[in-house]
Amino acid sequence: MNVGAYSNLAMVTTWLFYLLAMALFGVEWAMARRVPADAAEAESAPVPALVGAGGSPDAPVIRSRVDPLPAPAPEASDRWGRMALALAGVGLLTNVVGVVLRGVAADRFPWGNMYEFTITTVAFIMAIFVVLAARFGMRRLGLPVTLLVTVATGLAVEVFYVAVADLVPALHSVWFVVHIVAASFAGALFNVAGAVSALYLLRSRADARGTTRGWLAQLPTPRRLDLWAYRATAIGFPLWTFAVAAGAVWAQYAWGRFWGWDPKETFSLITWVVFAAYLHARLTAGWKGARAARIAVAGVACFWFNFIGVNLLFSGLHSYAGI
Amino acid sequence: MSNTQPLSAPELGRWAWVQLTSMRTALVLLFLLALAAVPGAMVPQRANEPAEVLSFKEANPRLGEVYETLGLFHVYTSVWFSAVYLLLFISLVGCIVPRIRVYLKALRAEPPATPARLSRLPESASLTVARPAADVLDAAEAALRRKRFRVVRRGDSVAAERGYLREAGNLLFHLSLLVLLIGVAWGQLFGYKGSSIVVVGQGFANNVTQYDDFSAGGWFRQSALPAFALTLDKFDVRFETGPVQTGAAREFTAHVTLTGQPGAAETKETLEVNHPLRIGGSMVHLSAHGYAPVVMVTDGDGNVAFNGPVVFLPQDGNFTSTGAIKAPDARPKALGFEGFFLPTATVDSSGPHSVFPDALRPQLFVNAWSGEPRAEDGTPHSVYTLDTTGMTQITGADGNPVATRLNPGEYLDLPDGQGRLTFVGYRRWAKLQVSSAPGLPLTVGSVGTAILGLMASMFVRPRRIWVRAGGTGTEQVAVEIGGLDRAEARTGLDQDVADLVAVMEDGSVHEGTHDEGTQR
Repeated sequence: MNVGAYSNLAMVTTWLFYLLAMALFGVEWAMARRVPADAAEAESAPVPALVGAGGSPDAPVIRSRVDPLPAPAPEASDRWGRMALALAGVGLLTNVVGVVLRGVAADRFPWGNMYEFTITTVAFIMAIFVVLAARFGMRRLGLPVTLLVTVATGLAVEVFYVAVADLVPALHSVWFVVHIVAASFAGALFNVAGAVSALYLLRSRADARGTTRGWLAQLPTPRRLDLWAYRATAIGFPLWTFAVAAGAVWAQYAWGRFWGWDPKETFSLITWVVFAAYLHARLTAGWKGARAARIAVAGVACFWFNFIGVNLLFSGLHSYAGI
Repeated sequence: MSNTQPLSAPELGRWAWVQLTSMRTALVLLFLLALAAVPGAMVPQRANEPAEVLSFKEANPRLGEVYETLGLFHVYTSVWFSAVYLLLFISLVGCIVPRIRVYLKALRAEPPATPARLSRLPESASLTVARPAADVLDAAEAALRRKRFRVVRRGDSVAAERGYLREAGNLLFHLSLLVLLIGVAWGQLFGYKGSSIVVVGQGFANNVTQYDDFSAGGWFRQSALPAFALTLDKFDVRFETGPVQTGAAREFTAHVTLTGQPGAAETKETLEVNHPLRIGGSMVHLSAHGYAPVVMVTDGDGNVAFNGPVVFLPQDGNFTSTGAIKAPDARPKALGFEGFFLPTATVDSSGPHSVFPDALRPQLFVNAWSGEPRAEDGTPHSVYTLDTTGMTQITGADGNPVATRLNPGEYLDLPDGQGRLTFVGYRRWAKLQVSSAPGLPLTVGSVGTAILGLMASMFVRPRRIWVRAGGTGTEQVAVEIGGLDRAEARTGLDQDVADLVAVMEDGSVHEGTHDEGTQR
């Protein structure tokens, strides 16, 4: 077996791990179905966090109205969740191995076609998720995120796959590396923002109807979800701006024009405009909350369409799928 | 009933301005911009694919007419698309200018007065310390200054604020977008773009008459074209011959001899896809390539009527190319040939076509036409197609049109001694694109400042902290600390307050004195 075959093996393994992780995250959600509604109530009320209250009357009292972490999940649910996260972590490792070996096999940066871009972006999405889950109590993001990456990895392995090959001359550029890595990471952040926003919509609708119990009660509060959707976008948006700009600089070198309304360029701009609208909506009365979250989901849809639809449906200078 | 009175013109103007510059309108315009950009990706655009537009209109004449009226073949220069982005930019100006004024005022202002009840703030702390109040406030002031807060002392309290750069970044971003628009407009007005097909061995002089197609902005002057001439000495291409992505391009290198100003020394340069030549303010790019079969036409009188390369245009990825060989000066009758050039020829059920982009088995397929010599009347004709009006297709003895396949070195003898076409060989041609976009540095610079501004507006944390140390006694002083984040999604406010608590207690900052559970 050569290096390329090992890379393929790693990616199929990754697919399997993501699939298993998704199943276990599903069990985690299902196990939480009996969580009563008041667990959510207790969580969303601003609880003063007492710090240093060692019983001494002189000790300082710190009152925080900052949202606390979610209430602890039921033991059974939590166990499945931890196992799922571990599997997702292993999947991330094999994913990274797959990407690196692909680069070794091709003797270049592994971002030359749709397959390579997908497996890289999936690794970024999972890395962001693992950090959020392990460090910031956002493990509940596991089900939508593993669903997303399982589908994406499956598409990559089964549909987008192309054998290792050299690059066409237009891709021989430093800007190629910069442009694609920025686009990939920004895309991963947009995907996370979209998944968080979808959870926000579920949770806030349940809150409004008063049906917040079971797995809904286990989701982070709408405030926290909104916050993380914003944070992901706050990093993703400048990065996406940079990715588009780097693409324009590269286009100036390769084609002698920095912007030519190629379908890919057009949809990059549309994605940019939709996320700009999201950032503005969060600050506009009447648009905050659910409407803004819907815009974030629409933004991710634009990103996906730009990636899959434009590559496969339209003819343009970015038709690099090679399928 | 006063509210039903019609508004006066200034009132109406003010009302319209307020509406236009509201955030809600900006949002709607952003959506409209996103929507308006979509059809340009669906419908072929004249600027990118003129041939596609023509074939679309031929296939759907009525729909094509409707599209033409709506401007769907040039979406990004259409009235409605321009209207959306111009309104968006006007809205942006109307939003930004007052904010700049407010910001400049805020820059000179001191941190706001201390609220009466600090415990009501999102983050607060209260404690008692055995130090004089003045001491406590001094320590708080010093600690806050260390954290780069702007601090002011008022009576029994300290007010501090930081994060002024956030709004500055926001304003910089939006102003950069305006400059970007100016840079693009500048490039459009003064820029130009032209392309010319140059066969290996031939040359090109930078003059408007030498271009195959040329477009320039309204304020472009011909004198802006830098004077240079170049000869295409050699054009190297390499295609993938391996099993994966067979036929994909792997290398294009054009070797050229460049002469700058007339009389200047010649220099040898190479031109590759990502490495354009820079001459004066212009760039020379390699934008396409193809084949030019070299042919010799001998007429019925035995004279050479044409000899040289003829540019054929590629029709597919394997460079099945079409073109026309014209010998209007052939006598007694003018001759013309239409045909295919196939770099790697094969003939199967779909007819003759090429199966690989490189010239592995070059063949020329032609048919022949003849007609009475015509006087040059100055009517422009395409060099790539044969205008057969007034010409008849030459037929053989069996009555069928003459059509043949030639390998290099072979020739076609026309019946009845009408002439001969010799396929000598082939040369490659490269399409050179010369362009200039004078607003480019401004455009690139504005994108850079836009990204910097964006980052500042996302990551700078505007925050206010107040500390009050009440009482006049020196024994036990009650200290209150309150903090407020002025932008959402910030972290570390709890840490800042906890640090201050530590300062109050013993004058030094402890790390991690707050409960991890309060981490947002």
